[in-house]
Parts: sequence; structure tokens; C-alpha cells
Amino acid sequence: MDSAPASEAAEPVYLPDTVRTAVKLLIVGHFAVGKTTFVGTLSEIRPLRTEERMTQAGAIVDDLAGVPDKTTTTVAMDFGRLTLSEQLVLYLFGTPGQSRFERLWHDLARGALGALVLVDTSRLRQSFEVMDLLEQHGLPYAVAVNRFETAPAFPDDEIREALDLLPGTPLVSCDARDHESSTRALITLVDHLLTLDQEPE
Amino acid sequence: MRPPRDERALVRPHVVTGGRAHPSRNVFDLVTLVIAVSDRTTGLNPEQRRIVTLCRGGALSVAEIAGHLRLPVGVARVLLSDLMDSGHVTTRAPAPSARPPRLQLLQEVLDGLRARL
Ligand SMILES: Nc1nc2c(ncn2[C@@H]2O[C@H](COP(=O)(O)OP(=O)(O)O)[C@@H](O)[C@H]2O)c(=O)[nH]1
Ligand SMILES: [Mg+2]
Repeated sequence: MDSAPASEAAEPVYLPDTVRTAVKLLIVGHFAVGKTTFVGTLSEIRPLRTEERMTQAGAIVDDLAGVPDKTTTTVAMDFGRLTLSEQLVLYLFGTPGQSRFERLWHDLARGALGALVLVDTSRLRQSFEVMDLLEQHGLPYAVAVNRFETAPAFPDDEIREALDLLPGTPLVSCDARDHESSTRALITLVDHLLTLDQEPE
Repeated sequence: MRPPRDERALVRPHVVTGGRAHPSRNVFDLVTLVIAVSDRTTGLNPEQRRIVTLCRGGALSVAEIAGHLRLPVGVARVLLSDLMDSGHVTTRAPAPSARPPRLQLLQEVLDGLRARL
């Protein structure tokens, strides 16, 4: 039942010498929506995890001198890698969307091409915070419903309305455990990013 | 009550970074690719030595280096920027002018993902 990656056991897998450019996409959503599963399904390396210590106020703690343990908390992000061509590597960062981790978000959002928001139809409200964050950071996104057997199936227009999606924001459904389905969700996102980029201002 | 050992950080961040919270350079994004350019590890602290040893084998991103060495990204950044200053590591990236434009990158990502289906 533990889908958390264990960093310590993984041997480093180096990038091919020809790779020159690295890009990143964020996989975001609330707790237990399937982020770690999604990253693990697509990654060519065993997913890695880093743990950042933050103050409760959300500042990253790089220097613990004088910071009592009680006021710090740990936020984990896991990430995976896909070498897409001889020159290009894509990193996927799975991260919870909590606005109190402001600095971490700033770091993650900087230079990211866009984000895929995973949602669970039985807990749509829990996706609001992360979607607000993406909008605040001006990060374009697509939404993927991660299908849990126990979750109610709603028509797309009801989900769009509940999440208050813009008409152009793609809404797809996926199974984070399935390679093809997860790849298709990412393709939908990148296709959307291309469309946004080609639109006249 | 203390947390179980594997939930505790292996190092006290302020010890490894000499108390500094900010790197001397601002080049290390999470996906900046890093490679070691020197085998020398004399004079380095143990954490810096682990980074140089890890990065000898080839290029890895800053996030991967942090993940493998179980360091918070902020700490890895400080260590990496010192190692860059001392000539132990370098970044592998096209010159800013040679970085493909966003539209071209997105198209390459799309093509790469489609090829995986
Ligand atoms: N049925 C079903 N279960 C899933 C799916 N994706 C993830 N899970 C399960 O949901 C639980 C939480 O997933 P996880 O990836 O850890 O969520 P995270 O907290 O967002 O990283 C795990 O037990 C997964 O095995 C899915 O698409 N369908
Ligand atoms: Mg997770």
C-alpha cells in the first residue's frame, strides 16, 4: 500500500551525454489523489523524493539554527524523469498544492511549462486550493480526473461547473496506474500549452 | 518524542552550509543539469565530497542530486554553488541564447510523448 518512493535504494541513472535541455511539468492535487502513482507510472527512473523543511508560515528552512522543531514541518515532493529525445529531458514533479508552502511553490513554478491537476470526483472541493495557486502563479493547466472505482461518475459539464473551469481548459479522465492513459493525459496538457502559446495576445 | 530515524534528516543543514541559507549563485534551478569536472575532493566537506562523487558518473538534475543524497533542495543548491565556484562542478545547458524557444520546446515534448504511446 505504500507508493512512496525510497530514494536511498536507487542507483543514479545518468542522462545521455547528448541531453542539453531539461524542462519540467508539475503534477498537482490534494492528498491521495494519485500524484505519486502518476509520476511512478511514467518515470524511466525509480522516482525520487526530496523533503523540504518549512516553517509553519511556509518559508523554506535551510538553516535550522534557532528554529525550534515544533515550528517546522516537512513537505515531500516526488519526481520522475522521461528522456524524450537525444537533446531533451522532461521532469515531472508531484507536489501537494498547499498555499502555505509558498516558497516551495515559487521554486516549482519557476520555469515550469505547465501543470496537470489530478482530481477525484468524490472530493472535488479539495482541488480548489491548488487550482487557485496555479492561477496566482500564472501557470497554465489541464485537469485529469483520476478514476477511482468508488468515486461517483459525473458528466463532464457538471465537473467543469463544480471546478469553475474556463471553456478552453481541457478536462480528461485517466488511470494513474496505466502508462498509456497517463501519457495521454500529459499529451492533452502539452497540446493545450501549445495552443495557448500560439494564440494571438 | 523523537521521530523514527529514517524520518530525521541525515544532516543538520546549517552545519553543511556553514550557516548560509542562500547560494552564492542563482543558477541552480531544480532541473539545472550538473556534472563534475574535477576528481579532486581534498579540502571538501563530506557532503560536498558526496556530491562530487555522485556527479562524476554523468549529468543529473539538481533535484536528482538532492534526492539521491537525501538533502533538502535548498541545501543542495548552496553546496553546488560553492562547488561551482571552486571548479568542481559545472552545469550542462545550452547558452541562454541557444535555449530553444518555448514553442519549439513544447512541440518537442509533445512529439516525445506521442512517440511513447
Ligand atoms: N483505483 C485507483 N487507485 C489509484 C489510482 N491512482 C492512485 N491510486 C491509489 O490511491 C492511493 C493514493 O495514491 P498516491 O499516488 O499515493 O496519491 P498522492 O498522495 O497524490 O501521491 C494509492 O493507494 C494508489 O494506489 C487510480 O487511478 N485508480
Ligand atoms: Mg504522494
